[in-house]
Amino acid sequence: MTSNNVIIVGGGHNGLVCAAYLAGAGHKVTVLEAASQVGGAAVTREFAPGFRVSACAHLLFMLNPEIYRDLGLEQQGFELAANDLETVSLSSTGGHLFLSGSEARGGDLGPEDVARLKKFNARMLKFAGVLRKVYTGRPPRLTSQWSELKTLGKLGLAIRGMGRDDMREFLRIAGINIYDILQEQFDSEMLKGAMAWDAVLGGHLGPRSNNSMLNYLHRLTGEVNGKRGALASVKGGMGGVTQALAKAAAAAGAQIRTSAVVSRILVENGVVTGVELENGEKLSASRVVSSADPRTTFIDLVGLRHLEAGVALQVRNIRSRGSVAKLHLALDALPKFTGLDPQALGGRILISPSMVELEQAFDFSKYGEMSESPMMEITLPTVHDPELAPGGKHVLSALVQYAPYELKQGWENGRAELLQRTMAVLERYAPGVGASVLHSEILSPADIEREFRIAGGHWHHGEFALDQFMMTRPFYGSAQYATPLPGLYLCGAGSHPGGGVMGCAGRNAAAEIIARGGAA
Amino acid sequence: MKHDAIVIGAGHNGLANAAFLAKAGMKVLVLEKNPWIGGAAVSRELHEGWIYSNCSYVCSLLRPEIYRNLNLAKHGLQVIPYGGGVTFLRNGDIMGNYIDHDVKRREIARHSKRDADAYHRFSRDVTRQCRFIRDFLLRTPPDPTSFRPRDIYELLYTMKKFLNLGERTMYETIRFYSMSVGDYLDEYFESDMVKAHFSGSGIIGTALGVYSPGTAYVLLHHYMGDIDGSAGAWGFARGGMGSVSKALAGALQEHGGEIRTDAGVDRIIVNNGRVSGVALENGDEIHADIVVSNLDPKRTFLKLFDEKDLDPRMVERARNFKIRGSSGKLNIALDGAPDFPALGENNPLRVGDMHFVDSMERLERAFDDWKNGMWSRDPYVDCLIPTLTDPTMAPPGKHFMSCFVQYVPPKVKGKDWTDEDRDAFGKVVIDQIGRYSPNFKDLILHVEVRTPRELEAEVGLTEGNIFQGELTMDQLMFNRPFPGYAQYRGPMKGMYMCGSGTHPGGGVMAAPGANAAREILADMKRTNVVPETELDD
Amino acid sequence: MNQKEHFRKFVYQTAFDSRTSRLNQLKAVHRWKDYLVADAYEDVALEYFAMRNSTGVFDLCPMTKHKISGPDALDYLNRLLTRDVSKLKPARVSYCVWCDDDGQVIDDGTVFHMREGEYMLCSQERQLDWLSISALGFDVTIEEVTHDIAALAVQGPTSCAILRDMGLANIEKLKPFGITWFDFEGSELMVSRTGFTGDLGYEVWIEPAKAEALWDALFAAGRIRGIRAIGTHALEMTRIEAGFIQAGVDFLPADSAVRHGRTRSPFELGLSWLVDFKKPNFTGRQALLAEKERGSRFNLVKLDIEGNKPAKDAYIYNGKNKVVGTVTSAMWSPTAKANIALASLHAPWGKPGDDLYAEIYYQRELKWNRVKARATVVEGVFFDPERRKVTPARDY
Repeated sequence: MTSNNVIIVGGGHNGLVCAAYLAGAGHKVTVLEAASQVGGAAVTREFAPGFRVSACAHLLFMLNPEIYRDLGLEQQGFELAANDLETVSLSSTGGHLFLSGSEARGGDLGPEDVARLKKFNARMLKFAGVLRKVYTGRPPRLTSQWSELKTLGKLGLAIRGMGRDDMREFLRIAGINIYDILQEQFDSEMLKGAMAWDAVLGGHLGPRSNNSMLNYLHRLTGEVNGKRGALASVKGGMGGVTQALAKAAAAAGAQIRTSAVVSRILVENGVVTGVELENGEKLSASRVVSSADPRTTFIDLVGLRHLEAGVALQVRNIRSRGSVAKLHLALDALPKFTGLDPQALGGRILISPSMVELEQAFDFSKYGEMSESPMMEITLPTVHDPELAPGGKHVLSALVQYAPYELKQGWENGRAELLQRTMAVLERYAPGVGASVLHSEILSPADIEREFRIAGGHWHHGEFALDQFMMTRPFYGSAQYATPLPGLYLCGAGSHPGGGVMGCAGRNAAAEIIARGGAA
Repeated sequence: MKHDAIVIGAGHNGLANAAFLAKAGMKVLVLEKNPWIGGAAVSRELHEGWIYSNCSYVCSLLRPEIYRNLNLAKHGLQVIPYGGGVTFLRNGDIMGNYIDHDVKRREIARHSKRDADAYHRFSRDVTRQCRFIRDFLLRTPPDPTSFRPRDIYELLYTMKKFLNLGERTMYETIRFYSMSVGDYLDEYFESDMVKAHFSGSGIIGTALGVYSPGTAYVLLHHYMGDIDGSAGAWGFARGGMGSVSKALAGALQEHGGEIRTDAGVDRIIVNNGRVSGVALENGDEIHADIVVSNLDPKRTFLKLFDEKDLDPRMVERARNFKIRGSSGKLNIALDGAPDFPALGENNPLRVGDMHFVDSMERLERAFDDWKNGMWSRDPYVDCLIPTLTDPTMAPPGKHFMSCFVQYVPPKVKGKDWTDEDRDAFGKVVIDQIGRYSPNFKDLILHVEVRTPRELEAEVGLTEGNIFQGELTMDQLMFNRPFPGYAQYRGPMKGMYMCGSGTHPGGGVMAAPGANAAREILADMKRTNVVPETELDD
Repeated sequence: MNQKEHFRKFVYQTAFDSRTSRLNQLKAVHRWKDYLVADAYEDVALEYFAMRNSTGVFDLCPMTKHKISGPDALDYLNRLLTRDVSKLKPARVSYCVWCDDDGQVIDDGTVFHMREGEYMLCSQERQLDWLSISALGFDVTIEEVTHDIAALAVQGPTSCAILRDMGLANIEKLKPFGITWFDFEGSELMVSRTGFTGDLGYEVWIEPAKAEALWDALFAAGRIRGIRAIGTHALEMTRIEAGFIQAGVDFLPADSAVRHGRTRSPFELGLSWLVDFKKPNFTGRQALLAEKERGSRFNLVKLDIEGNKPAKDAYIYNGKNKVVGTVTSAMWSPTAKANIALASLHAPWGKPGDDLYAEIYYQRELKWNRVKARATVVEGVFFDPERRKVTPARDY
């Protein structure tokens, strides 16, 4: 067993990023991906003959530019189908609102809000910039050791560096909910509804839940082609990102095995020694890095008995109740949204008309019920990338909220009902869309859990909230990528800095492993 | 006659503030708009022969250091402990929070054996948090943006206290302050009933639900009373909550302070960028170099000041200050003690607080109603019969019942409260209690229903918020009431704030009043007379 | 009584109450978990000497007891406890401690390996919460059986003879920490050669319905051998002489600690012999390994203190008059005729030969005095009679 032999469990974007950096640093890396193609939840899949779609996330906005550059993704075939997508927030009356960064028009927007949005957006980008500074490094531990306090000092200085007014405002809003803040700032219900969507997407929270502001800022840490807060569509779907990452990792020397289902992380004498595959094959390694979510990693792959009891309790307490379902429609023709110029179909289309409706949609999920009238984010990737569907045909991809993982009636019974409710909403905004559906698929959080092996079907591998943030993500003691189990590391979205196709968790984990040198 | 300081509002914080200023030798005048003093800490005879604590109703957080320093016992204050609490379950059973630790444990064990033992861990962890926060109650929060030595000293003090918790507890503290009470309790308990019982104290006075992040720490308001340890730290003020105000007023008068009732302040007079006194509603002007407002921040800045005297940003801050009311109150005169058959004969819990919501879902749905602009159709009621403990508040054999209700919106579906709304809301509460007490309705002699409308009109709490401002992270510590104004000083020389809208917030604690006095005395270069926290190691 | 009406009785009577309350002249009792137990029945000294000279019987019913079974019982216990339970054969008992993840002792107790794969864990404090947390990931059944098993400690030189006379054949062959079973009036009577006195002694376990009959049989057999019911005060004396530590007295259970740094690791309690690092995983292992490298903060030591004034609650000073620790338990030992104490000292203090002094406050006819008495660190226990270990046990 060589000392720099590393196995990475899971070939999602974070696993691949981690593999590429580790291989680049001279480690012997093997990536084991359970599915027949790499990508994890960032994949393109064929859901109906000839129709392909990004299986989970469908827009790119957070990929870390340093990773993009370091790994030379452009040379590996990564290509954007479209950038700087405009957001259309639909109104049932046809007066849609258009939003692009700090520019907004239409809807119920008054001139004051237009001006306020510019100011607000600039400030939020500045605040998100503070988070960015700590996203590219390992979270500190709370000890009086200087090396640990340094990172906190860096965060403190970044906050102070914004100047007194911004610092005060940052400390005021960072911990609360977006509803209160948007109520202070804006009049337009449509604008607030659209902005609030970004604060709740993927999480088990509504606009009035504290932590929604944190989620909003988190999203704004991203950039595309140097433009902060921009949205892009990837050529060939999100799988385009992970395919390029896989090539980069392979180019750096990593070995990637697909259809290699890890059934167990092997622990001998309290130390991780490798993994066992479902087919019984055992692979040994001095380090195993899991890009699976922490619950899957510790409960299913390691087994809680190999942890100390307090750690097992922490694992049990990770909050990871997925709330997003994914709708895929194979369409005969582009849908016609009432009052919407077909030009706008290439953008991001939101059905989140107001914060109140969004909040009410969330309320259902608290009780294990699906929203009566789900909110959604729709893209039509075939507008920019026709190859994703047979000639002239289209694909509709939508993130649907709220669909709680713990559905009282169970997802086997609930899936059809969710599809029906979702289609009813769509039909309201795009009459006739149902008739053009050739094939449909809706992935509930339970499906996402099964298909992508994410416990709770939570895209972010754990709720993104202040109690699961930085040094408490996924839980304290494992927040620095190394886990309490010697030889086991985490590198997925369950670790700092969290979800989104960003790659930072993978890169930070690699940096931690490299920094630790020979020591497991 | 010129006064050294004018305090606007004779609530408990205003009185405490004035008492300390007077004790330090200043000539202090307290102005109160009502014919009585006390603000929300009052005893009022609203039904003949009955004394109502018609706003605040228990005394759990009053700082013992203030109690002792102002000699409140001498001025007639006595706090009498009461026993435990109970949640009535729909199935006819109860979940009792008995005072005796073993009886309590066995009671929890009836619902979950595991939870009974987990209670030990739960109370240990909450006690850790109580001990941590307690040391900051009688301290002025530092301004994190400042480089002044005292702010840096305070920040370092905070850091030192934090580091003293030990690494594990530091992380737990971060989690405690950001989690929902529901998620927090999930880490300890498995029984929904047990969780429902304990989570009630996480929503009292709070415009958040049991599943809203940021409610776990509200548990402290309940547990803080226990941590102060000594018996009597937690209970009823004998003679009603007005006894607290009366004792504070006694302390004030002992030191030569003056109180004027029926003296509503119309505005604070500003001259050359500093305050110079107040104008009363009757047109009188009273001058003083120091004006202290015990009113909530919204009232203080949007009603007492002329907008032109304030920086527009100050006005914006006041406008954005979150002070949504979420509570109501029923005060009931009873012809006798109501029976609660589920308790059984002579259950010690009948003198405790009673609740009627037995699941987390019911609690959360109560909050959903509030979000939608309605009073909860199935509310969380914190119901107490103080007269089972305190013999002074009703004729012998008769009783006073205090029902604190969560959630009640400041406006009903966006419209002002009407009398019909108020009565309909009152009926919901009476019906809920009536379901568990067959003779309750027949015993009712008089009911006072207080919605946020009444709380605002009478006590002057904007939107009826009992804490003078919501207790969320944007309005806590150095953010309370506004970032940059958390050290009790207003935006101009001579102007101070001393209400619950300032650190450390609501509850009949008197800490904001005392802390503001300390700052005023420092600015006046007078010797400090305000006590410090009695530290425990 | 309706289960809901349990509040009408704050405390439980143990299964032996009808017998113990008759003997309890002093009515001096205190609470131990759900129950009331006697401080002393007649006279502490007589009860103490009964245990050292004949036989004392202590009502153990309130002891927290958990039955642990299921396919993972052994693995579970090995992860829970610091020592290697796989070495514990059926029908054997072992002293044990368990820690939290920080390697701080939650409680100490005894683990009984009854039949193959069936265990019982006894402790002073309640443990269901921690035992349940520890069960995450294990296929194990944990049953709290405190109220379902009545137990007595039968301790002292004549205890073996009394049990034998009671009809427990071959009881003398039971080795220390051994378990054996008998039929008692159609019920199973479990006898273990265990105890808290550091002397020859047994603990007997039976279903509560047979408790009174067991008591009667025991006392009938013991009449001619000086049997006597004893309270906690006397037991406390014997356990200090034996050098046993007690939760809440000599250490703060980690699950009760509100303040950081007040708890102790097994090393800091002189229990390093209970920590088996050869086990790949047990709760607290990593912290204890780190402590082993870094060094401990405290030492729990036995002290022999000059003079005859018990050093209860005394500060311990070094030769330079600096406080280096405090006494946790102390007494005048009537058997060893020594002034003994257990004390928790800051490391590195506590090695044999250290120059230490106890500051003792004592009162004589309401006059308080203070002495500083030299304290000597003792290795080994204060009183360790040969009969504790000898098998077959004789009639002493």
